[in-house]
Amino acid sequence: MNTFWNTTMASNSSRPTSPHLQAYRLPLTGIISITHRMTGVMLSGGLLFFVYIISALAGGADSYAAMQDLLGFWLFRLVYWGFVYALFFHLCHGVRHLIWDTGKTFDRKTLDRYAMIELGCSLVLTLMTLIFV
Amino acid sequence: MDLRSPLATVRGLGSAKTGTTHWWMQRVSAVALVPLTLWLITFLDMSLNAPFADTLTWLTTPFNTVCIVAWIIVAFYHAALGLQVVIEDYIAAEGIKIIAVWAVNLSFLFLGLAALLAVFRTLTIG
Repeated sequence: MNTFWNTTMASNSSRPTSPHLQAYRLPLTGIISITHRMTGVMLSGGLLFFVYIISALAGGADSYAAMQDLLGFWLFRLVYWGFVYALFFHLCHGVRHLIWDTGKTFDRKTLDRYAMIELGCSLVLTLMTLIFV
Repeated sequence: MDLRSPLATVRGLGSAKTGTTHWWMQRVSAVALVPLTLWLITFLDMSLNAPFADTLTWLTTPFNTVCIVAWIIVAFYHAALGLQVVIEDYIAAEGIKIIAVWAVNLSFLFLGLAALLAVFRTLTIG
């Protein structure tokens, strides 16, 4: 292996380089892919808020009112709607992962089309939540 | 003489350890979470906006209780599975990696239990 590396690989400087993250502009699918992972991590952190909210409800009317008071602050409202959008984005891209698992929709044109569809769907679901729930 | 089959001697030794279980359960929990998200959204919206009695009545309705309990179990499990993959991808040092995965799994087990306890407590005040 070492001999192979030294004589064949290292001397051939014209071989194609791999896409380096700092030099390579990610395609839309790549951006969505890393966003899926980032939203997943953030949503996991958001579960702390869920534990707080449901514990406040279990604590009775007083702790519930205190929780509503605190989370009514505009910054927490912003975090809440960020959470909702992240949730729907993660859900939509998750569904696409399930479609990918069937081995279909991997060609470039379909990849880009589905990327736009899932971005649209997550936005629509968030707006529906804003209006109907 | 080794009476174990060739397959038995190599099982679990590959880089995937227990094979597809982790990957598979990530998918199973994901599918379960798609419909259950409706209950999470409803619960969150009520908790932030509705009066105490309304939210309590909604959560203690048996069907809603079951769906929220199911969501808690599946969502915290799904989060721990996902974070484990992220840790395994970005932390190279074997020792820190194992400790981080344990910490994540135990934390989400603990948080999930805390959430479940809260649900059961709401049943006693209702």
